[in-house]
Amino acid sequence: MAEMRKKKVPMPEQPLAERTKNFREVPLGYTPEMAVEEAKRCLQCKPKPGEKYSSCVIGCPVEVNIPAFILAVREGKFDEAIKIVKDKNALPAVCGRVCPYENQCEGRCTLGVKSEPVGIGRLERFVADLEREKLGFKAPKLPKPTGKKVAVVGSGPAGLTAAAELAKLGHKVTVFEALHAPGGVLVYGIPEFRLPKEIVRLEVEYIKTLGVELRTDVVVGKTITTDELFAEYDAVFVGTGAGLPNFMNIPGENLNGIYSANEFLTRINLMKAYEFPDYDTPITIGKRVATIGAGNVSMDCARSALRLGAEESWIIYRRTEKEAPARKEEIERAKEEGVKFAFLAAPARYIGDEKGWVKQAECIRFELGEPDESGRRKPVPVKGSEFLLDVDTVVVAIGQSPNPLLLKLMPGLKTTKWGTIVADEEGRTAVERVWAGGDIVHGDATVILAMGAGKTAAQSIHKYLGKPYNWPHV
Amino acid sequence: MYEIVSKKDLTPTIKQFEIRAPEVARKARPGQFVVLRIDEKGERVPLTIQDWSTKRGTVTIVVLEAGKTTKQLNSLKAGGSLLNFIGPLGKPTEIKKYGAVVCVGGGVGTASIYPIARAMKEVGNKVITIIGARTKELLIFEKDLEGFSDELHVTTDDGSKGHHGFVSDVLKKIIGESGRIDRIVAIGPVLMMKVVADLTRPSGIKTIVSLNPIMVDGTGMCGCCRVEVGGETKFACVDGPEFDAHQVNFDILLARNKRYLKEEKLAMERCRIGEE
Repeated sequence: MAEMRKKKVPMPEQPLAERTKNFREVPLGYTPEMAVEEAKRCLQCKPKPGEKYSSCVIGCPVEVNIPAFILAVREGKFDEAIKIVKDKNALPAVCGRVCPYENQCEGRCTLGVKSEPVGIGRLERFVADLEREKLGFKAPKLPKPTGKKVAVVGSGPAGLTAAAELAKLGHKVTVFEALHAPGGVLVYGIPEFRLPKEIVRLEVEYIKTLGVELRTDVVVGKTITTDELFAEYDAVFVGTGAGLPNFMNIPGENLNGIYSANEFLTRINLMKAYEFPDYDTPITIGKRVATIGAGNVSMDCARSALRLGAEESWIIYRRTEKEAPARKEEIERAKEEGVKFAFLAAPARYIGDEKGWVKQAECIRFELGEPDESGRRKPVPVKGSEFLLDVDTVVVAIGQSPNPLLLKLMPGLKTTKWGTIVADEEGRTAVERVWAGGDIVHGDATVILAMGAGKTAAQSIHKYLGKPYNWPHV
Repeated sequence: MYEIVSKKDLTPTIKQFEIRAPEVARKARPGQFVVLRIDEKGERVPLTIQDWSTKRGTVTIVVLEAGKTTKQLNSLKAGGSLLNFIGPLGKPTEIKKYGAVVCVGGGVGTASIYPIARAMKEVGNKVITIIGARTKELLIFEKDLEGFSDELHVTTDDGSKGHHGFVSDVLKKIIGESGRIDRIVAIGPVLMMKVVADLTRPSGIKTIVSLNPIMVDGTGMCGCCRVEVGGETKFACVDGPEFDAHQVNFDILLARNKRYLKEEKLAMERCRIGEE
């Protein structure tokens, strides 16, 4: 037997020199030969005694049968492979790109102990892309309609997954989206170079073929009331995400040139401002851009700034690289593209010019103290360490909170002090017939966790609609 | 798609559109706005709701040609359509029986004052309306407002009709002469609203203004429309658009509204070249 590859089969990508000048996708995907070769690395682990699934599957919030689909790839049965993936995951081309595999399936891969884990994400992307580009979508056989109607509020990863799951169980689903395009954070948040919008659009089209009705331009609570939803639908799933941008509330934050990450990314991704004036929505970028925060969204902003022509793109973060919430891979990408990092620093105020434009950030240095409640060492400001940084654009990317718009209109819904909805492990909220999942429950988290929550809630809704019971106290 | 049911030229640069949007019409209240997009490449533009009809299933908006998008919008005809039309957004005006209410409309802001003055009258207020424009051809809704106001005052900057001067001049006179004013609602250019706020501050009469910052989504998601009210940052799209005039930092609003002047000019030039 030939010696096993220690590392994943490398994936071709756009050359470094080119990719920071355009918004096209950076990794280019496997060829069938590469996919088969990578699939051969899989050890086909069986479930451990007493466990339902193999280790990698336990790491997958939507429980894709990973060993089975990889086996199918290895044998060249690609249509079989995509069927196995789609049985559990309605958005495989999305997940194959933005899932933090290292913390999910790949983090539990047996190979990972001694060498690199199997490139499960890359293989998922391969089969999804192949289906979309060559094989064509095949809608699964749907069961007899149950006659039950479910409203899904929000068309992000949680809502779309819940909708697909419920449709496959025979329920009539309507998804309500406030924006003009479905996808939630997949369309307004994640940049084209990580997740092409055409792919999101086509995965949404696939979900429509399951019989899901999608209604954009509808703000639940405004265009239609929650009472109207309750009257028309047997169950409601709330997946409205974490759409409220956090600001630091420091002096000068309303100066021109200071964006929230949400505004910056929405202009670029949803409104295609990088194609202004061909598209009508403008965005302007200075010579020196500072992004505050070091999460995945911050990396997206800093990398977008480079593509818009910034001469320097900085990440400013009050802890060190080790505590940064972004995926390692995202930080590496940002670094290789030329994003600069100022760790252990944060702005204290912004200084503007006479016309109200930001020109400097007064920053303060930090040092790490004792661990705080998150387990990370707490940053402590260093007295007298203020320094001035010349900037003409600032992107505040320090996290998002739940959008309170809908919550205010659903009295009885219990929320936490962070504004997230209180829900039990099945996604049931304090209001009868209302489930919730995704960032609106867990706070600012990942696409796959939101999808897992959407799926769990869908199964719980299905159970309840089949045989209603007394609503538990949540 | 949202059909343009009818279109009316109010002035050479101000057009009125009746849009078929039954769900928005059913929920619309005075003071609220819609966000619309003309086509796939279009920007999301917030516009105040001027009127609505649940029976006809329509919402009426009034558009002043000010930039590329509003120019393009005003060139559309009845029978045409808009790609997106979202609303009603923002908090409605607080309509109550206050006593004597002065409604002030400057320029195209008069369209926003229209449903507010009407609603204030319907609940039994004494409604004094002041409307102003640069010149008499640019005055809008004069007749309608006369119909549901106890008093209507007209001003023009050039003196071609009514009082020669600004709406604030008349407001000042009314406050001085009148026994009691319980509430003022003023909607118009930012500078006008700032002047009104400064004018009524000493008297302490509750004054409401409707702010018009640049917006993207209009649902509280992006923070582009942040304004400073009472020293705190608020999002005009969800916390407003109406705020206590005496608490608003108008200077920040004025500066923020100039954020994309250069780009707006570029888009306009390109639009003109396209016509040639």
